[in-house]
Amino acid sequence: MSFFKNLFAQKEITLSNGKVVKQPRSIVPIVLIILGFFVYISVEITGFDMQVLIRRQRFFFDILKAMFPPRWDFASDVWQPLFDTIKMSLLGSIIGAVAAVPFAVLASQNVNQNSILRNIIRVVFSILRTLPTLIIALIATYIFGIGTFAGTLAITIFTFAIITKMLFEQIETVEMGPFEAMESLGATKTQAFIAAIIPQLLPTYLAFCLYCFEINVRYAAILGYVGAGGIGLLLDEKLAWREYSRAGMVLFMLFVTVVIIESMSRYFRKRLT
Amino acid sequence: MKDNIRKTFEAQPKTLVRNVLIALFLIFLMYWSSTAIEYAGIHQGGTNVARNIMRGLINPDRNLLFSTTAQGVPYLILETMAIALLGTLIGAILAIPVSFLASRNLMPKVISGFTMLFLAAVRTFPAFVYGLMFIRVAGPGPFAGVLTLALTSIGMISKLYIESIEDLDRGIIESLDAAGCNTLEKVRYGILPQLMTNFLSTTIYRFEINVKNASILGLVGAGGLGAPLLFAMSAYRWSEVGAILIGLVVLVLIVEQASSMIRTKLARG
Repeated sequence: MSFFKNLFAQKEITLSNGKVVKQPRSIVPIVLIILGFFVYISVEITGFDMQVLIRRQRFFFDILKAMFPPRWDFASDVWQPLFDTIKMSLLGSIIGAVAAVPFAVLASQNVNQNSILRNIIRVVFSILRTLPTLIIALIATYIFGIGTFAGTLAITIFTFAIITKMLFEQIETVEMGPFEAMESLGATKTQAFIAAIIPQLLPTYLAFCLYCFEINVRYAAILGYVGAGGIGLLLDEKLAWREYSRAGMVLFMLFVTVVIIESMSRYFRKRLT
Repeated sequence: MKDNIRKTFEAQPKTLVRNVLIALFLIFLMYWSSTAIEYAGIHQGGTNVARNIMRGLINPDRNLLFSTTAQGVPYLILETMAIALLGTLIGAILAIPVSFLASRNLMPKVISGFTMLFLAAVRTFPAFVYGLMFIRVAGPGPFAGVLTLALTSIGMISKLYIESIEDLDRGIIESLDAAGCNTLEKVRYGILPQLMTNFLSTTIYRFEINVKNASILGLVGAGGLGAPLLFAMSAYRWSEVGAILIGLVVLVLIVEQASSMIRTKLARG
């Protein structure tokens, strides 16, 4: 950044006492020009066309209108996949969150001194994190067949990767004083870890888990699209058959569920921190 | 000295019963949720698929990975990034008025509550639902992807914008008022500097997420890396699958690194 700031002649201002100060030029114009260039390229590549959008925008509301009012009597068919979705994300979140703990400890700099192992774990996890859940689920359906197992596996892997990252960053910022104090009193490393480090981490860790569960419910709802079980399968089917009022019912129940889970999770997270 | 330590040790709250109850509850939850999981064993030929994907990753289709035609991975990466850039930009701009409408410290409760409900709805509905709706408007292709990302981005971007708007320091605006500034000057010198860094960093963060989302949207036919991946998988062309997956991983890793670098720069000022 400082390179760009010094690239252009700085504006000189003479103060009333005769002193000359230099004001660096703002880099905003350069950033704007570069951004404008990229936007132009993007518009060319994606075929973005405002006229099409304005002319055909009413088609967007077609499906939306067809969804209202939802078919309320369809609710009885939705409960089962809805609970499947919640169960998938719950199980995936719990397994992923528990499995993340040892790896997060191994990936943190202040606990694990072995830099080779630490870096290997970190690289593997950053690669795991880059794969979107839906694509993991897609691959899982090819290996384990269509069904809830593939979806749960995808959610587990996602939770595992993301909680490991959040947790090891947390472990690295932990206060090591109590840990050293306990060690000097004669406690073993494990004892000191349990008594001095865990109480510092537990509230944030649980808050992460709840947050992840919240995200996972939303992800689990789309996994059905690649055949990995849950409510997405039903939704995809209803959309494909153009039974929009039924799809509207599915979306409505999903919305209510997510709002309930979100507000519960927010309440507990507030209590935790 | 020793007595003091023992007393403190014995005075700590007893949490054993509570912990056991929590553990039991968790075990019950796991049991309850495992009832939905049907494990039918590995799919017929599943191990074969896994082995083939591994082989594809190690030995990707080099023609596809480095070709500069419209089917090649480099062009697909460019397309994914273009979709993400436009989608994020439009979403970020649309999110500004929405988040001002939703902030509790500026708007009456009814308006902010209503806008919040709208935002929750935007965030809940899966992106591919919007994708299908926009395909009606723009036809299958990257344009539909841009529109979908723009709409779905509003949800999360607004949520983060609202937080920084609700943290606005009003003292600064009052002192500018006292100095005799007009509304435009108050916005320029009192509000923009407070919000700009947070807004920028949120937008860049969302761009990072959108690069991932753009690759998913291909699955509904809205451009990007997803559609060729799906085709390659259903046709069992594993070396192509490997090439596309490698492209995806490299793209996301680079964008993630760049985004976190810029955001730390912004946070330090």
